[in-house]
Amino acid sequence: MPAKGYVEIDIERCKGCDLCVLSCPTDCLALNISDTNSYGLYYAYLKEEDDCIACMNCSVICPDAAITVYKKEDQPKQRS
Amino acid sequence: MKKGYKLIYKRPQTLTKTRINYCPGCFHSTMHKLLMEVVEEMGIQEKTVGVCPVGCSVFAYNYMNVDMQEAAHGRAAAVATGIKRMLPDRYVFSYQGDGDLAAIGTAETLHACNRGENFTFVFINNGIYGMTGGQMAPTTLEGQKTTTSPYGRDPEKIGLPLKMAEIVSQFERVAYVERVSCNTPANTRKAKKALRNAFEYQGKKLGTTFIEVASNCPSGWKMTPEQSLKWLEERVFPYYPLKVFKKPDKKEV
Repeated sequence: MPAKGYVEIDIERCKGCDLCVLSCPTDCLALNISDTNSYGLYYAYLKEEDDCIACMNCSVICPDAAITVYKKEDQPKQRS
Repeated sequence: MKKGYKLIYKRPQTLTKTRINYCPGCFHSTMHKLLMEVVEEMGIQEKTVGVCPVGCSVFAYNYMNVDMQEAAHGRAAAVATGIKRMLPDRYVFSYQGDGDLAAIGTAETLHACNRGENFTFVFINNGIYGMTGGQMAPTTLEGQKTTTSPYGRDPEKIGLPLKMAEIVSQFERVAYVERVSCNTPANTRKAKKALRNAFEYQGKKLGTTFIEVASNCPSGWKMTPEQSLKWLEERVFPYYPLKVFKKPDKKEV
């Protein structure tokens, strides 16, 4: 089962370059083209939170270090 | 933070809180981030001195929270030599673009490498003069259109692009030469590893270390960031291959 996680994007740092959206393996990020930040730039947001697998691809490639990644902690396995 | 989750990545503390003012998708900001992550991981923030060039990255001292020195155009290698000789226990790096390192500062660069000065070059090669508006640089590819070569670079008149990593790897006292890129997450991780290696070899006083970054310039190339990544793979990597050109023997390390 893949890991679960979520990301937080600092929208004031995001410049809408789309690199995180292109590198996301599960397509859970998207560019918000209906709104802008205070610099007048589109910004990326987490569209499908359930799909995030905390692979860190977006945070590695983000030029502006705007992405913070959280991963769900491992639960102790229960025997059935 | 939500309950049951743990933090696995955040912005490095060694970057200042200033908003980075590079164009969207530019690898300058990625390299700033990777450099500062390496400095943070090695715990050498107090012992690192950077030298800024003239070019797009002229304001690098605003973004990196380490000691920085601005150099005259092209002379970052000479300034870094002076800093490293006076303060040999510091980790010194020069951060230069292709207009700075490969055009006006070729002499300083080659002589610093020939002397084997013990500091790290971080060379951002985007194949164009980005800050001044996209003019042709020595590293512009054959046939590439720029504002000063509107019909494409003609190698008959101007010659072929300069391969700095290959040239520098010929010097005996250069310890480590690698060309990296940041176009995919995998390549970005390799770039960070290369920077880490360079700093570690510098700490062991093995000689000059030289990291060339095959970079993009979406504004100068008149492309979107996505198109610039395609151009990198189709045109830049065949001419500037990503590989390790030289590394120290295992006995030395």
